[in-house]
Amino acid sequence: MSNATLERPETAAPNAFTQAELGWNAWLDPVPESALTERQKEGLVDIVRAKSAYFRLLAHDPDILRFRTLADKDIFYNTRAGLPRAERELAAAAVSRSNGCIYCASVHARFASTYSKRSDDVQRLLDEGVNVDLDPLWNAVVEASVALTATPVAFGPEHVRQLRAVGLDDLAIADLIHSAAFFNWANRLMLSLGEPEA
Amino acid sequence: MSTQQSTDVLDRLAGIAAGSSLDALRHERPETRRNVQASYEALFDAKDETGVSPAERFAVASFVALLHGDGTSAQHYLQHLEQAEGDRLSTLVREQAKRAAARGPYGTYPPGPLSREDTDGPVLAIGIADRAKLGERLTTALEHAHRLVFHPRDAKAPDFAALQAAGWSTAAIVTLSQIVAFLSFQIRAAHGLRVLGA
Repeated sequence: MSNATLERPETAAPNAFTQAELGWNAWLDPVPESALTERQKEGLVDIVRAKSAYFRLLAHDPDILRFRTLADKDIFYNTRAGLPRAERELAAAAVSRSNGCIYCASVHARFASTYSKRSDDVQRLLDEGVNVDLDPLWNAVVEASVALTATPVAFGPEHVRQLRAVGLDDLAIADLIHSAAFFNWANRLMLSLGEPEA
Repeated sequence: MSTQQSTDVLDRLAGIAAGSSLDALRHERPETRRNVQASYEALFDAKDETGVSPAERFAVASFVALLHGDGTSAQHYLQHLEQAEGDRLSTLVREQAKRAAARGPYGTYPPGPLSREDTDGPVLAIGIADRAKLGERLTTALEHAHRLVFHPRDAKAPDFAALQAAGWSTAAIVTLSQIVAFLSFQIRAAHGLRVLGA
């Protein structure tokens, strides 16, 4: 085949979930760094993201990128009361594990490990899958995240009861809903616009 | 425009009344609330700059909401679709969604240890007669949306060929992907908040 050299070997794409850092290659042309307009730079929110092919690809539609990014930051970083950062990251990792986004799972499993200091438990989620038995709080967070990830959505009153039973208040549950819902946004972009590289 | 109804679309989809406990919870996260609404407006209210018409935007959003079986969201987007385009297209979209119903997420992993988790499910291929009615652009968009909704981990680089052949530019594909991905978030956030507030 004449274009064989343009196709990357199948083996370059990771075939297992990992907490290691992965690369990501876009399948469509990102906006070249040198060609970014002021509005596209604003869309990136943090100019360091100009180094990322993923964000420069999304910069083709800068406004939705900007508001997506600002929502993302608040959903995950605003920990004034509500759900602790570790459990938000756990939700992101569980959603990514359920949808099969190896790249997103790697990033947010690392964050979950960093904030919880429970790297072994996080690794078990990656290795064994979303039915893993961790502890009552983490099981409830993972189960709720997976139910929110199903299509049609399978999250119901039993999940809310379970989350309240492990001590989460309604703000924390709302944070969990946002974190899990948001990764259903992020996974679909990451999975469909390019692929990870080990 | 009614002054009674909240102008915040997620509030409307989740049935959140001013002064309710869920309203108070959402105001605990004003940045999230503002940027989720701004995301909606960037995709559905702003002037098109990427070559995706309002009818295409609402048709894809309606299809995604219908695939989720989320009546409230489907009604919202179908109403906008009918306002933009009349009933013909909304009828076609409803028919396609009925035929394309499935339960996700399913799909295939790169060959390896995760192959045992590979789950079969339908791949949407709209028939010749319906392709003619929908037009090639919208047909390929709905096929793409179906993959992203139900089996995002099956997305592959060659998938873009059909979209590109039907006239979708890179920027338009980014917008299309953001619409499907944003809806995947919005439907889950609305559903989760509805359950939490019940």
